[in-house]
Amino acid sequence: MTDLPLVIELTILVLAAFLGFEVIAKVPTMLHTPLMSGANFIHGIVIVGAIIVLGTADDTFTKIIGFAALVLATANVVGGWFVTDRMLGMFKRRPEPKKEGE
Amino acid sequence: MISDPDVVAILYLVTIACFVVSLKFLASPRHARKGNWIGGLGMLFAIGTTLLLEGIENWILIIVALVLGSVVGLIGARNVRMTAMPQMVAIFNGVGGGAAALVALSEWHNAADPLREETVSIVLSALIGSISFSGSVVAFAKLQELVSGRPIVFSGQNIVNIGVVGSAAALGVAAVAGLGEQWVVYGLIGLALMFGVMFVLPIGGADMPVVISLLNAFTGLAASATGFVLDSTVLIVSGMLVGAAGTLLTLLMAKAMNRSVANVLFGAFGQVQTGAAATRADDGRTVRATSPDDVAVQLSFARKVIVAPGYGMAVAQAQHDVRQLADVLEERGVDVKYAIHPVAGRMPGHMNVLLAEANVPYTQLHEMDEINPDFPQTDVVLVIGANDVTNPAARSDPGSPIYGMPILDVDKAASIVVLKRSMNPGFAGIDNELYLDAKTTMLFGDAKDSVLKLISAVKNS
Repeated sequence: MTDLPLVIELTILVLAAFLGFEVIAKVPTMLHTPLMSGANFIHGIVIVGAIIVLGTADDTFTKIIGFAALVLATANVVGGWFVTDRMLGMFKRRPEPKKEGE
Repeated sequence: MISDPDVVAILYLVTIACFVVSLKFLASPRHARKGNWIGGLGMLFAIGTTLLLEGIENWILIIVALVLGSVVGLIGARNVRMTAMPQMVAIFNGVGGGAAALVALSEWHNAADPLREETVSIVLSALIGSISFSGSVVAFAKLQELVSGRPIVFSGQNIVNIGVVGSAAALGVAAVAGLGEQWVVYGLIGLALMFGVMFVLPIGGADMPVVISLLNAFTGLAASATGFVLDSTVLIVSGMLVGAAGTLLTLLMAKAMNRSVANVLFGAFGQVQTGAAATRADDGRTVRATSPDDVAVQLSFARKVIVAPGYGMAVAQAQHDVRQLADVLEERGVDVKYAIHPVAGRMPGHMNVLLAEANVPYTQLHEMDEINPDFPQTDVVLVIGANDVTNPAARSDPGSPIYGMPILDVDKAASIVVLKRSMNPGFAGIDNELYLDAKTTMLFGDAKDSVLKLISAVKNS
């Protein structure tokens, strides 16, 4: 992995925080739940860490921990994505043409 | 094999870009579903890149773990009913937190002489990840009704909590200060797990969405912390994105309920002594039960009807029948609207999702602020399994735990019919004054059953 200086990493962290606030600032109430679910999927990125741990494990202890971590992270990713997709699928069939009354 | 760190960094950058666009799209009704797809793409990209990194071994274990996790995730996500979505989000959030804590644990185990900043990251990741894990499990158990959804409180809870957090923090400081023993991190994780449980137990079920959102942000932060341990920008950025977006979302959700996050999290503590929720009909007012035929007549001769759905409709899967009832009424010239409280059900937007599933025209759904002025001119309000969001105590009783929460002003209508399974209080665990109102009648039974009976009764009337 790239070995960035701590200060650079902290800078990135702070900028990411602002970006995270900014990017969802105008979410309507009805999308709160799907958005939470989508964000829930994105933190499944910890799967990258789990793969690295398990992929570079030498001793049994680390293998067990890494294996458990990877199973959990994968469940987060796969489950999180499908739950979000199912929720959003419900919105999709909203009959747009019926709007003539407005 | 990718050995050039710049190439790796660029590949991960693609993932980061995907995630940012994904969040942006998820926050807009038109693009939301596309947003999830873009996020998925970014994730696949990150997984592919990581698998191709130099020095990755233990392939069989990796593949078995990936398959196992996918099967669990798929089965969970596919088979869960729409009504159980909230607890599903909670549990998937929990496992993510658990994964972050485990990654931290293994790094602690393997780092021979970690730098101080690494230790700080390991401690934070283990701490936050564990809290998120056990907290989410409790949230899941509460929503699934494996444990009572009501606030669970005991005296001295504050002291115990402070003790647990204090000890965990002390261990964390010790670890950072250079106490490199293995037990330090186990103790830390143990205490953090305990705190996660203690932290969610006293929170009532109605507030669970806010808590899940907060734990979601926690898991993001834990993932971000593991990024510092592993020197992985993609983890730092993605984790922080979720941490920040999740925090803002938590604030927005709390605001939708007109409550502060602090009130949600610690509101239950002061409640131990006050307002024992006994049945209060001492003043002679009683609940009036009614029959489907009576309600059908009321509905058929009404001009304006507003349907106020809640968790009871979700649980009974009655949304299709509710729409059918509305259709039948509309054929008779009744004006039917739906009043959507932002936190009706167990998640913000829960009712929108269900009614959209039942193909209710979007234009019939009205948000709380928009429809509240309509109630005084409404002949009948049909409250279908909604409880706390219609409770006038939120306006009038400063002692009530939900005081200050904006509610649907159903009590201002000419008459109110409440479809309810039984007289049990709602998720917040408090009685509802509305049921004792002289204008209110109760139609007891499963929401789906009752609505079906209403449909046939309206057709016959």
